[in-house]
Amino acid sequence: MISKALIQEFQKVVGSDGVFADEADRAAYSYDAAVLEPVVPGLVVRPTTAEMLSRVVRLCNENRLPLTVRGAGTNLSGGTVPRPDGVVVLTNGLNRILEINTEDLYAVVEPGVITAKFAAAVEARGLFYPPDPGSQAVSTLGGNVAENAGGLRGLKYGVTRDYVMGLEFFDAEGNLVKTGARTVKCVTGYNLAALLVGSEGTLGVIHKIILKLIPAPQHRKSMVAVFDRVSGASETVAAIIANRIVPATLEFLDNFTIRAVEAYSKAGLPVEAAALLLIEVDGHPGQVEEEAAKVEAICRERGASSIQVARTAQERDKVWEARRAALSALAKLKPTVVLEDATVPRSRIPDMVAAVEEIARRHHLTIGTFGHAGDGNLHPTILTDRRDEKEWQRVERAIDEIFDRALAMGGTLSGEHGIGLAKASFMERETTRATLDYARRIKRALDPNNILNPGKIIGDA
Amino acid sequence: MATIQELARLVRELEDQLVVCMRCGMCQAVCPLYGETGREADVARGKLALLEGLSREMFRDPAGVSERLHRCLLCGSCAANCPSGVKVLDIFLKARAILAGYQGLSPVKKAVLRGMLGNPEIFDRVMEWGARFQKIFTRPANETLGTSCARFGASLLGNRHIKPLAPKPFHAELPSLDEAPGASGVKAAFFVGCLIDKIFPSVARASLKVLRHHGVGVYLPDNQACCGIPAASSGDLETFKKLVRHNLERFPVDRFDVLITSCATCTATIRKVWPVLFQEEGPEVLERVQALSEKAMDIHAFLVGRLGVAPDPVPPEKDALAVTYHDPCHLRKSLGVFAEPRRLLQASPSVRLVEMAQPDWCCGLGGSFSLEHYDLSAGIGRRKRDQVAAAGCRVVTTGCPACMIQLHDQLSQAGDTVTVRHAIEIYAENLNS
Repeated sequence: MISKALIQEFQKVVGSDGVFADEADRAAYSYDAAVLEPVVPGLVVRPTTAEMLSRVVRLCNENRLPLTVRGAGTNLSGGTVPRPDGVVVLTNGLNRILEINTEDLYAVVEPGVITAKFAAAVEARGLFYPPDPGSQAVSTLGGNVAENAGGLRGLKYGVTRDYVMGLEFFDAEGNLVKTGARTVKCVTGYNLAALLVGSEGTLGVIHKIILKLIPAPQHRKSMVAVFDRVSGASETVAAIIANRIVPATLEFLDNFTIRAVEAYSKAGLPVEAAALLLIEVDGHPGQVEEEAAKVEAICRERGASSIQVARTAQERDKVWEARRAALSALAKLKPTVVLEDATVPRSRIPDMVAAVEEIARRHHLTIGTFGHAGDGNLHPTILTDRRDEKEWQRVERAIDEIFDRALAMGGTLSGEHGIGLAKASFMERETTRATLDYARRIKRALDPNNILNPGKIIGDA
Repeated sequence: MATIQELARLVRELEDQLVVCMRCGMCQAVCPLYGETGREADVARGKLALLEGLSREMFRDPAGVSERLHRCLLCGSCAANCPSGVKVLDIFLKARAILAGYQGLSPVKKAVLRGMLGNPEIFDRVMEWGARFQKIFTRPANETLGTSCARFGASLLGNRHIKPLAPKPFHAELPSLDEAPGASGVKAAFFVGCLIDKIFPSVARASLKVLRHHGVGVYLPDNQACCGIPAASSGDLETFKKLVRHNLERFPVDRFDVLITSCATCTATIRKVWPVLFQEEGPEVLERVQALSEKAMDIHAFLVGRLGVAPDPVPPEKDALAVTYHDPCHLRKSLGVFAEPRRLLQASPSVRLVEMAQPDWCCGLGGSFSLEHYDLSAGIGRRKRDQVAAAGCRVVTTGCPACMIQLHDQLSQAGDTVTVRHAIEIYAENLNS
């Protein structure tokens, strides 16, 4: 229990409106989008200024209270599941876009700004912020930085990491740390921003982010290619890259997902197809037309049974509707959805798809696979019911095997969803004991009281 | 009094529906209340988690959960946008009933729901007295909108600008009708609804004019009751079922082809809520409820979908009156009706439709939500008012009298000279009588 006196201390810092101590309010911050047991925090606070945020961190440190920062709580790895008697610090009171600089191509934001709203504000100025995680309609930029979120455009445009030019954050004692700059070049000191990106709130509490912006592409063209064999689709992916074309998006849907989407949206998808590729090229109009024609030819060479190129904006929307509907369509089939993101080098996609199919068969599980074929980041989506204990055990074994197979192919545990609590125990399998020790030494040095989101990524330091 | 374990057991009956939520949080993007407060307990995901907590006996006292469960407009924006298709409204209504059974209704709610609303004749009588004496307590607030506000400092009205009760309710003007079908061959029962009957009788008049114009025979029984939503949303199943049963008697299904309403909330309640909350009743009454429920249709959807009313092929004159349209949640999100009211406006040569930004953002009324949480309701309403004002039209139309009340209040408070009309009124004015 957090004492009444301490609750009053927090109220002094953020005002009584900014402190949620009621049981029911706290229980609403006990989970995120990961399939994990909820943990009710001791207190929830919502600072609205940097000064308040700093004092909240200091107060937690002085009282040895575990502190978990929470944006929209949409991460898929338990990164925002708090500690019992810990403090959840909300960032949605810090949601101002402080600057969008169209001359120097950067923006300065607070951590609680919603990704899609920011992207729209940037687009309104003729610029482009590419990272587009699946939860962008609600996710926050602070959360995106802390999780190093990806999205559909990773292949050509990179992920959140590639857009963070600088950060201001508070250390475990609540002192201000500044790293990076508003300039393209900056070698002033350690690259601490790189350390903070993807650190899931374990090394500092972000309060200001400088993000890189780029000019918006003038033109884009989308198409759907249908394949009778998965290998045809993945060979196509490899051939497109080998032809020095980097599409903005290059998405894959397997047969199970195609059927689920078709049953759900009746969009007229080919339910017999082994795989679909959804491809978009963007850039200068001339280059886009040329690349689109080349991609079309490559698809045909590799055995695509049909290709539809979107001629209008509506047709383009229709192409992407299928991809956007994938998770919804799958989610409607069973109560529990485990969305994995083990990632392999893109040349290994046929092997990975085959491995997932084989694992599903052996464990009698339903798994639909879709995702970012261009960057090898597939999302095997396990459909189950958590209440079925026997099946859940098989799910856990299947996840374990998916990790092993991805690692054996030179891949990684997580492409974009983070490690959090869900994958912390697998870390050593991909790295080494020394890697974890090294990370834990950093954690201990920067956060000696282990208050910053303890237990995430590296287990208990 | 039941124990908390007993309560947990009842909530567990909702488990199959509760587990569908995968906690993705996408409801945050569309929840009008979360947009105001940013509190997780105000968004569907949070409430569903609290109900799951209740079923696991996580709470010592269910009062906190109950209070948060009632902080909801029941607008259905979350359900309409839910990737896993959680039946949020079904769950919330059932949970409210379970909690009301555990905690009991507040004395005020009991008096209003059971003493008044549950007895249609008493309810009508009280409202008629109200219409006679309201001028003593209120004074005009906005001439264009015809709103009033409290005459004295402290009053039940608070800061509200209300649309006063009509001098004569619709049922006093026209108690009943039973016409043969005209040229359309269709006979339609007309369910008036409390707000149209008592505050906006002109909407009922316009509706009947339109139905008759299109050769539809009207069946209008007297002594109609409320659709039951105020009782259902308070968890008072007893009153709710009494009202539904009363309406079953008043509307024998073999007397008409369709049941038309001009109130989005009544239509959604009859179509979606009636069958869900009668699930546990015997098959006989459930079948009767279903039979009537399936005949219920929104008037715009009926005119466009069933009678084929189409937009005027000639585009409106540039100097035609610009009107904008607000989507009632109970039409767009509960019933998928959004094109039809617009088609009717486009079939009305005197006006041209100008879309506002986010026409489907909830107006914030939510019936009893507005009575219990006026500050939150007004906050959401101000956002809607700003969207209406930004559209720059002199008239805002909608398809629900409840939204009309909120629009009147918010536009009046802002001192706007925008009038609020039901889309069917505009369409009716354009018909040659």
